[in-house]
Amino acid sequence: MVIGADLPAINSAMPIWIVPLFPLTGALVLLLTGRRWRGLLSGWFASFLVGASFVSTIVLLLDFLGGDGEAALVNRLYQWVAAGSFSVDVAFRVDPLALVMALTVSGVATLIHIYSIDYMRGDPRFARFFAYLNLFVFFMLVLVLANNFLLLFVGWEGVGLCSYLLIGFWFERKPAADAAKKAFIVTRIGDSAFLIGIVFIWLRFQSLDFEVVFARAPELAAGTATVLALLLFAGAVGKSAQLPLHTWLPDAMEGPTPVSALIHAATMVTAGVYLVVRAHPIFEASEVALTIVATVGIVTAIYAGLSAIGQDDIKRMLAYSTISQLGFMFFGAGMGAYSAAIFLLVAHAFFKAMLFLGAGSVMHGLRGETDMMRMGGLRRAMPLTFWTWVIGWLAMAGIPPLSGFFAKDQVVASASENGRLWFWIAALVGSLLTAVYMSRATFMTFFGRPRSEQKPHDAPPRMGLALVVLAAAAAFGGILGLSAVNGILPAFLEPVFGAAEEPHGPLTVLALALASSAVAVVGIGIAYLVYGSGRIDWVALRSRFAGAKRASQRGFYVDDVYTGGLVAPAKLGSAFLAYVFDRRVLDGAVNGLGRIIGAFAGRGRAVQTGRVRSYALAVLLGVVGVLSYLVVRF
Amino acid sequence: MRTPISFFLLLSAVLFTLGTLGVLLRRNALVIFMSIELQLNAVNLALVAFSRQWGNLNGQVLAFFSMVVAAAEVVVGLAIIVSLYRKRRSADVDEASLLRW
Repeated sequence: MVIGADLPAINSAMPIWIVPLFPLTGALVLLLTGRRWRGLLSGWFASFLVGASFVSTIVLLLDFLGGDGEAALVNRLYQWVAAGSFSVDVAFRVDPLALVMALTVSGVATLIHIYSIDYMRGDPRFARFFAYLNLFVFFMLVLVLANNFLLLFVGWEGVGLCSYLLIGFWFERKPAADAAKKAFIVTRIGDSAFLIGIVFIWLRFQSLDFEVVFARAPELAAGTATVLALLLFAGAVGKSAQLPLHTWLPDAMEGPTPVSALIHAATMVTAGVYLVVRAHPIFEASEVALTIVATVGIVTAIYAGLSAIGQDDIKRMLAYSTISQLGFMFFGAGMGAYSAAIFLLVAHAFFKAMLFLGAGSVMHGLRGETDMMRMGGLRRAMPLTFWTWVIGWLAMAGIPPLSGFFAKDQVVASASENGRLWFWIAALVGSLLTAVYMSRATFMTFFGRPRSEQKPHDAPPRMGLALVVLAAAAAFGGILGLSAVNGILPAFLEPVFGAAEEPHGPLTVLALALASSAVAVVGIGIAYLVYGSGRIDWVALRSRFAGAKRASQRGFYVDDVYTGGLVAPAKLGSAFLAYVFDRRVLDGAVNGLGRIIGAFAGRGRAVQTGRVRSYALAVLLGVVGVLSYLVVRF
Repeated sequence: MRTPISFFLLLSAVLFTLGTLGVLLRRNALVIFMSIELQLNAVNLALVAFSRQWGNLNGQVLAFFSMVVAAAEVVVGLAIIVSLYRKRRSADVDEASLLRW
């Protein structure tokens, strides 16, 4: 069924909507029949459906590669909204960018589903967990496959809902319920700006379809483009936890660890990067907007890196590191290095999902322990977790030839190639911090002497499988983009972003790569010296620099400023309205009116004696009265 | 020679007054009920008298209506009184003063 024939509708051989249909089916079936499933079957069912989604995405990819070179395949399903001149279709789009995102999402999601079968085993709401996970994958696929801003927004809000449901999955615990609310409310701030941006796009272009909007985006005046781009970016800032709306992500670690890996590391939080990259024609129309994106990105990257160094909770450390890496992605996008940003997004999805699953494996082995102060020396007890973690760690630190090196190097190098030396130096500082905090966590967790009496056990088979596959992807993912100019991924994405320019900065590609790897090695070295070598008593350092440590651990008090500056006054105002204004003024007026009427009624009710004869007398007197009136009158 | 209308009206007024006093002064529900019947019949008498006076059948028709309605009303009223009596072992209307504040 194709409606909206005024626009060219190129139909692929395979309908695109099949891809999100699989997880939607799983979510609906599991939500409706969740209580009837026994054992691990519901987990396998959900994993199978997401796997089917992954396979059908691969079929789409082959279909696309075998096509006759169109830039995009579009499926228009039906007209969704028709109100006057406002018309939006439900339409899915497959182009290189959407394919890369959909493959990453469904691939990583499949592995995390399989991992969760072991991790969530024995949970009383086992089937519901997989229902939510499937629902999340559905919305995420709608987000990346949408062909217009409104459908993208549906996916955008849908993943926010699933994020809320999954952070608060163990809602019996108050911190989890609070974190879920916080994530929902804080991201809503960005989302409202995004929605206003969509309205503006409609007003300006009379269409929300990507091909129409982006074809005409270069006509935008610089000022209009800046406003539009910044509204979209505000949405991205909320979703991707950038400064100043990042505070929800560390708290979101209250959710089950596979959720942190899937939603809060690999996929949902990267939706903001996807939005910026997808809408790059709008951003490119405004130099100011791009610079703001890059600045917010790099400031967040450094800020979150500094905060990650102070974390003792392994999951909060990874959360801050995710914020920091997302900052790098925005930095790359702001520098115009879109394919490098997407490359980092994909590589990050691999190694950060792997690291989160590794952290989950550690917690699983230590009965839910997340405090790195009570870990240490785990490399002998859990060899599989350790070796996969090492790959993730080195990939993230940016050691060649692992995927993180190529990806981050290209993002960092984009600054130099743009000739913006200060940005480049800042990005190097960010990479240094990355290497330091990751190595610190590694040394604290896996090296040294054990700091707890527990007898840890290694990952069960299904968790191990996910770890090994993701570690392999993190190790070899670099093949996708050996060169920023003509690597596999940049070449594949070229129809979307245009051809990459030859680098023309002051430094050659080789020198840039050497600089980034040197920074990574230095970072690991610093962390080894302090936390690994045993020559420095780092436990004593913690108490000597307790102030700095606490500032870093609390994310430099941003959250406390929000709590004191925004939440507390709002609560005070609500308390005034609820307990003073409502109770005294509003209730007072209503109760006063009631009391006045009651007083009158108290007098009046004395008439009702209940004696029939007195009523009869009243009737008689009434009749006599009326009759005498009539007699006198006529 | 025809009896003057004023005789009838006087009798009617006397009967009506007796009925009214009965309603107001007696406490037994059955007696009150009979008094109401007395009032109704006083009115019927007046109607028939007027009908004869003016040579018009409307008054007599109306009297029949009022008798039919009175018969129907007796059925309901007596039923209420009987059930009241069964419930309270008394037909005193002053004691049955429940419908008040």
